[in-house]
Amino acid sequence: MSEFASGSLTGKNLHLSFGSNHVLRGIDLHVEKGTTASVIGPSGSGKSTLLRVMNRLIEPDQGDILLDGRSVLKDNPDELRQRIGMVFQQFNLFPHKTVVDNVSLALRKLRKLPAEQAQAEALEQLDLVGLKHKADARPANLSGGQQQRVAIARALAMKPEVMFFDEATSALDPELVKGVLALMADLAKGGMTMVVVTHEMGFSRNVSDTVTFMDAGVVVESGPPEQIFTSPETGRLQGFLADVL
Amino acid sequence: MDALDQLVKTFFDWEAMAAVLPNMIMFGLPNTLILAGSSGVLGCILGMFLAVMGTSRITALRWLSRIYTDVFRGVPAIVIILLIGLGLGPVVRVTTGSTNPFPLAIFALTLMAAAYIGEIFRSGIQSVEKGQLEASRALGFSYGSSMRLVVIPQGIRRVLPALVNQFIALIKDSSLIYLLGLIASQREIFRIGNDAAANTGNLSPLVAAAFMYLILTVPLTHLVNYIDNRLRTGRPEKRQPDDAAALIGKGAQP
Repeated sequence: MSEFASGSLTGKNLHLSFGSNHVLRGIDLHVEKGTTASVIGPSGSGKSTLLRVMNRLIEPDQGDILLDGRSVLKDNPDELRQRIGMVFQQFNLFPHKTVVDNVSLALRKLRKLPAEQAQAEALEQLDLVGLKHKADARPANLSGGQQQRVAIARALAMKPEVMFFDEATSALDPELVKGVLALMADLAKGGMTMVVVTHEMGFSRNVSDTVTFMDAGVVVESGPPEQIFTSPETGRLQGFLADVL
Repeated sequence: MDALDQLVKTFFDWEAMAAVLPNMIMFGLPNTLILAGSSGVLGCILGMFLAVMGTSRITALRWLSRIYTDVFRGVPAIVIILLIGLGLGPVVRVTTGSTNPFPLAIFALTLMAAAYIGEIFRSGIQSVEKGQLEASRALGFSYGSSMRLVVIPQGIRRVLPALVNQFIALIKDSSLIYLLGLIASQREIFRIGNDAAANTGNLSPLVAAAFMYLILTVPLTHLVNYIDNRLRTGRPEKRQPDDAAALIGKGAQP
């Protein structure tokens, strides 16, 4: 039933330090093909860093990353990142390009598609997120929610095997959050493999297949949402849930 | 009133100005534009290299760019033009047989302009949010492609006003080429005015030269203001209702 060519993703014993600051202390995270893993935890726990290490925007000091069961640490990191889409808290659309050019840029320059074909595929992706009519607008003229949906379309256009969401709704006005979360839920239902770093406990509970709770650079607890949210075992998770719910 | 007449005669002798005008337009203007234009373009190219080096992750490149910039920004233009023009002039004459001082003057002006333009580009590149590079890298672009396609185009846009200012400075500094010795057809605006002033003992030709410079530079200063204004307000950040949000669930269904 999957409409995406998605794959599984595994991080094994990932370590990362910035100087004396040990940010990741042996993280294990496994995401089955076509499932959604949400990562929750207090700020500064290393969640966003974990995403950047798993697509090698930051190289881990130690550990391994497997995409579809195969280690990708020896691959060209640029090629790895073409297979993993990423959506950021601050959208990070390219402000000097139109909406459709934002989506088609990688298709033209990395996939080497002819301009018309890249344009057509970009418009198709924009249609999927409901923003085809904004194709010629500049990102600055879009609302935050619209910008984030364009950013999702931009990542999806590369036909990634896995999608990362780094607090994708944290910078949005409350009334715009729903549209973006609905789109993410649709992707999850469509069979995309997703790693979602989020503060939206509702999304984490209702959409994701597994929930991972991180604190101070380690995975404290992980499991299916019911277990994490209804019977947290550790004091740290209980405290965190009491704070956010 | 004699003193006032004398002053008017010294600065605004219309006949003396009119006499020098044909030469100004035929030779002075194009020569000034050739000098400023080519050193401006070459300075931008060299400056971009310096800026990319200056923002590189490789320490040695950053230092190289730093040292170059400090040297060529810290020495007066007149010193650079004399050192390059007089120092390399004989070598060029021996190897190519050319006595035209233009290439060396352009070279000297380029070296100097590049130091300033490099700093302008560097500040522009560094003003682009880190998220832009990150987003581009996350799409799978290499560092070089990300800089070329995403970061540098945005950086340049932000510093266009400063870049035009630099070009204005080049137009004025191009007058220093007179130190290298020019034959009649090689003279630029200042030299033509200066020669005529020396021959007639009247400063009006120099005032005419000043007017010629103003005709070139004043429109450019206004261009700076226009660009600056447009960059600030030209693209309205008008918020629009998120009209498609309600449709999104349906729209995203296969």
